[in-house]
Amino acid sequence: MSALPRHVLNTGWILVLPFLVLVVALFLGPIVNILWLSVSEPTPGLGNYAKLFTSDSLGRIIGTTVRICVISTAISVALGYSIAYAMVHAADASRNKMLGLLLMSFWISVLVRTFSWLMLLGRNGVVNNGLEALGIISQPISFMRNELGVLIGMVHYMVPYAVLPILASMQSIDGRVVQASRSLGATGAQTFWRVYLPLTRAGIVAASLLVFIINLGFYVVPAVLGGGKVLMVAEYISVQVLVTLQWGTAAMLAALMLFGVLALLFLMSRFMKLSTVFGGGKA
Amino acid sequence: MAELGKSGSLQLKALTKHYGTFTAVENVDLEIQSGEFLTLLGPSGSGKTTLLMMMAGFQDITSGDILLDGRSIAAMPAEKRNFGMVFQGYALFPHMTVRDNIAYPLSVRKRPKAEIDARVGEMMELVRLGDFAHRLPKELSGGQQQRVALARALCFAPPVLLLDEPLGALDKNLRTEVQAQLKDIHHRIGTTFVYVTHDQEEALSMSDRIVIMRNGHIEQLGTPTALYQQPTTRFAASFLGKSNFLHRDGAVYALRPEKIDLAAAGHGQGANKVAGIVQSVTYFGSVLKYQVEVLGMGLIEVDVDAWRGGAPLPEHSPVDLTWADNAAVRLNDQS
Repeated sequence: MSALPRHVLNTGWILVLPFLVLVVALFLGPIVNILWLSVSEPTPGLGNYAKLFTSDSLGRIIGTTVRICVISTAISVALGYSIAYAMVHAADASRNKMLGLLLMSFWISVLVRTFSWLMLLGRNGVVNNGLEALGIISQPISFMRNELGVLIGMVHYMVPYAVLPILASMQSIDGRVVQASRSLGATGAQTFWRVYLPLTRAGIVAASLLVFIINLGFYVVPAVLGGGKVLMVAEYISVQVLVTLQWGTAAMLAALMLFGVLALLFLMSRFMKLSTVFGGGKA
Repeated sequence: MAELGKSGSLQLKALTKHYGTFTAVENVDLEIQSGEFLTLLGPSGSGKTTLLMMMAGFQDITSGDILLDGRSIAAMPAEKRNFGMVFQGYALFPHMTVRDNIAYPLSVRKRPKAEIDARVGEMMELVRLGDFAHRLPKELSGGQQQRVALARALCFAPPVLLLDEPLGALDKNLRTEVQAQLKDIHHRIGTTFVYVTHDQEEALSMSDRIVIMRNGHIEQLGTPTALYQQPTTRFAASFLGKSNFLHRDGAVYALRPEKIDLAAAGHGQGANKVAGIVQSVTYFGSVLKYQVEVLGMGLIEVDVDAWRGGAPLPEHSPVDLTWADNAAVRLNDQS
């Protein structure tokens, strides 16, 4: 009776062992290394973290990063919500097509997608040239090389990520609940705000978290579309590592992002069960 | 206390619903009287749910009309019809407490808080849910959820309550109990109930009138007694209860198994008598069910009260079957 579970456990651990070694060696190891670097380079102590409060430029970079991440998360999730809503309410055939298009966007490299925005919205891009040719504007509108450009690029990249968890939570809603609301006399708007939206809350939270966390570490889009004028944490880390060789500062910022994300998850877990968020299902 | 419920009459006129080339409901005329408990009974695919959904406003009608107290509501959206509805699976709002679920129809109508509180209290008392006000639906049993759904649908005193297989998810013992509660509530509030089910026992035990549906049309309409005693078609006779079918002089007759008397060969007495051989006998506690092979009639089912008579007659024994003249009902079907 008691021998069996131990036997099963042993076999299980042996099967898992190679992956456990991989995870420790390639994932936990580097993380510990970074945490260690952040308190040991260039001199042991919390000097790197103290810079957060003394350096204006660091504060500005973190502020920019958080602001852009919050705005782009809000826009991505709002757009994702309407796309998911349209998909749930479309006929089966067109829903599959929409899902296909959505997944296709995951296959296209972020680099390609970012540069195509430059071609579209750059100073000599299709849009500016077109508007000038039509005589609507005399000076090119600066869509790119500023925060607007970064936002456009990030939202464009993140919308599909926002759609999927929201879509899952919408699909788990029993259509009869919506009918029930109507049969009880609620208008379309009342049904949406009082029944539909609350039932998709888990999906919205999951989508926001996912998008926000990916946004925090975004490198390519800000670097290309920000044109060096919009410095975000990821790009700054790369500068520290590759150009100024301040590994300590870079490690500190990386650790900061890690802790930021963990703190966010912790906060969320105070309000709702994380499993419902990541299950994407019924609240 | 304000009135507990209202009631209205419904009239369906030549109601038809096509899905593409498929006809779900065809040319249905039906008058549902104010305050009556009317059941739409039929197998799946018979159109009963489609009919109910058209009354509720969740299905467009292809042609025909629906009138509430004489006024057409065919073009009215579901939320304007003011019909209560109890859904299959209840469709409670999972994120709201029992109290908020029941208060919902009043709060979307922006009634004053005092009125809502009073009315919700009244409803919770009606369905005996007083202690559960602050629970979430998932913390309730199936029977309790069903009562919340009922209280929610009745809270705004709708003239008509539509029920779509509301007991389908309950286990059999509970179902009988809830049937009695539903009937009692119908009695107390007097609202018109339109009830969809495929369960003949539910239909027989609760309804004032039953509509038997088949392939999108009304097969037969009447009180439970009339339908059971005087079925007009083979389908009606076999869907509501069990029946043997006899072919005589080009006509078909329905003969209920319990209306046949069975006796050992030579002992049968009655207006109609045939001889047969027992093929099988099964004991069901209250009844003994015999299958008797009768020459020229096939297998005839006979129900005998188990407490009457002595030991069951064994298989292969010759028997006489007798029945009264009025026991066999002539059907409209051709032989």
